[in-house]
Amino acid sequence: MKNELEMGTTPNISRRSQLIDPLPIYTMWLRQMIRFFRMKARVVSSIVTPFLFLAFLGVPMSFMPAGNIPGIPPGMNFLDFLAPGIVGMTLLFSSMFGGASVIWDKEFGFLKEVLVAPVSRFSIILGREAGAMTTSILQALAIIIIAALMGVRIQGLAGFGLSLVFMILTSTTFIGLGLILATKLGEMEGFISIINMIQLPLFFLSGALFPLDAMPVWIRYIMYINPLTYGVDGLRGSLVGGAAFPLTLDFVILLVWSIVLAGLGTRFFSTMEAD
Amino acid sequence: MKATIEAEDLTKKFDDFVAVDHISFAVQDGEIFGFLGPNGAGKSTTIKMLITILNPTSGQARICGYDVLRQRDDVRRHIGIVFQDPSIDRFLTGKENLNFHGMIYHMDKKTRESRISEVLKLLDLQDKENTPVKDCSGGIQRRFEVARGFMTHPRVLFLDEPTIGLDIQARRALWEYIKNLNKDNDITIILTTHYIEEADYLCDRIGIIDHGKVIATDSPQRLKESVGIDLILMEIANGGNGDFIASLKRLEWVKNIEQHRNLLELSVEEGDRRVPELLGLASRHGVSVTSIDSHKPSLEDAFLHYTGKTIRENEEEQKR
Repeated sequence: MKNELEMGTTPNISRRSQLIDPLPIYTMWLRQMIRFFRMKARVVSSIVTPFLFLAFLGVPMSFMPAGNIPGIPPGMNFLDFLAPGIVGMTLLFSSMFGGASVIWDKEFGFLKEVLVAPVSRFSIILGREAGAMTTSILQALAIIIIAALMGVRIQGLAGFGLSLVFMILTSTTFIGLGLILATKLGEMEGFISIINMIQLPLFFLSGALFPLDAMPVWIRYIMYINPLTYGVDGLRGSLVGGAAFPLTLDFVILLVWSIVLAGLGTRFFSTMEAD
Repeated sequence: MKATIEAEDLTKKFDDFVAVDHISFAVQDGEIFGFLGPNGAGKSTTIKMLITILNPTSGQARICGYDVLRQRDDVRRHIGIVFQDPSIDRFLTGKENLNFHGMIYHMDKKTRESRISEVLKLLDLQDKENTPVKDCSGGIQRRFEVARGFMTHPRVLFLDEPTIGLDIQARRALWEYIKNLNKDNDITIILTTHYIEEADYLCDRIGIIDHGKVIATDSPQRLKESVGIDLILMEIANGGNGDFIASLKRLEWVKNIEQHRNLLELSVEEGDRRVPELLGLASRHGVSVTSIDSHKPSLEDAFLHYTGKTIRENEEEQKR
């Protein structure tokens, strides 16, 4: 009997959860950050691979005359050319992983806990995407610092600021792709192998290691579809110079890609079964 | 007074399979209500519809007056849930999990802090609050989930197989916490279990559920009493014969007979004294008795009475 009053006051007035709900967004972001910094092995390994590329591909190649490779401006050092590509690779790997990791939340049950909360799914996924983006960009920044210490000449503050824009867009694009794969193929056995099978061609066909001009023409057409091509080119243009396309073009194409992929990923997540 | 949970003809079909078949029930305010049934009986599916993660195929349910389909967010604001499978972030500490739960439910910092210390105390978790959940024992992990479910002070707490996979000590400990939670706070608890002792010990009322249907709903005591004053379970080789059953039925002290394959279930008065007589009657009819046992009806007997099988037989059937 004691509750009749309390219960009687609320029925019929139904409050809807807001589409963009700051506290849950912040919560999901914070969770990603805590988990990221707690898993020391992941932080280290996310930096080791790009470092090895720079040290054992970039440095030896930089001793050879770079002018022989078509597409690299004469006088440009190969290490300088490679560094933005490796930053792009770091973004590709970490962002796709960040997007795909919702599948582990599902696997380990945590997804259910957030999906039964009176919070819009849009806010949940927004927070998660923000978390994945932050950790990806932190890793990319670590690579830029390492590259600079190895002697890569960064063009200056304005260029660095512009590179952040390309980092955000590249990260958004591949978080979206990771989300799409996780929501559509996540239940499949060997999901990790599928991700790897997609990541490596994306990386090799992006102009991260060698310029577009050094590739056969038919491969170039594949590279033109690859969003990472524009991410890497934008990063190269803003960080060290020597971009293949005008930066505005890189920006516009990447913007479209990021909207489409992140939009689809968000949409698929919103209709995903919690169980 | 309106019931806290009301379900009417609640049904869930998966393709051609009817998991929950026109279930209707009501849970009163402050009760511990339990669904007892074998795995696959439809308990969890029922719970999932009530907690708004599964849409009913037909029928309806209201929690605290809110419709589970049309007023989802309101329902969610009034309930706490402990899922059957773990749903806690294993890499975070127990306290971080609780804090995040509070944030997602829009509790301000001060409320969160006071509620966290409240639930940590209620479930004796103070010394584990800063340990990553993955490093805690199964019992402790489960207690963190119960603590989290209660943190928002929900009107209804759902516990889906709360002690599944726990050892006997951890299970008994959790029972005490659940009972105290219900006794000391103004909260309705609805749970599912396939452990007879759990239902018997915890629940004010039990709904026996099998093949998607609620077969009987009552207090454990009344369910037991409905089987008879004393119960004789008699296992006979090859199902006995019609003559023997007919002569049993003629005995005036036999109130009821049910046959479940080789097992005869007799509701009698003064059961202990009837055993020799039954054995005599059996041998006269050439029926060989494999075992005979007289006792006060247990909840297990009631379950057998209503579903025709023991809960273990039911589970083996599900596996096949």
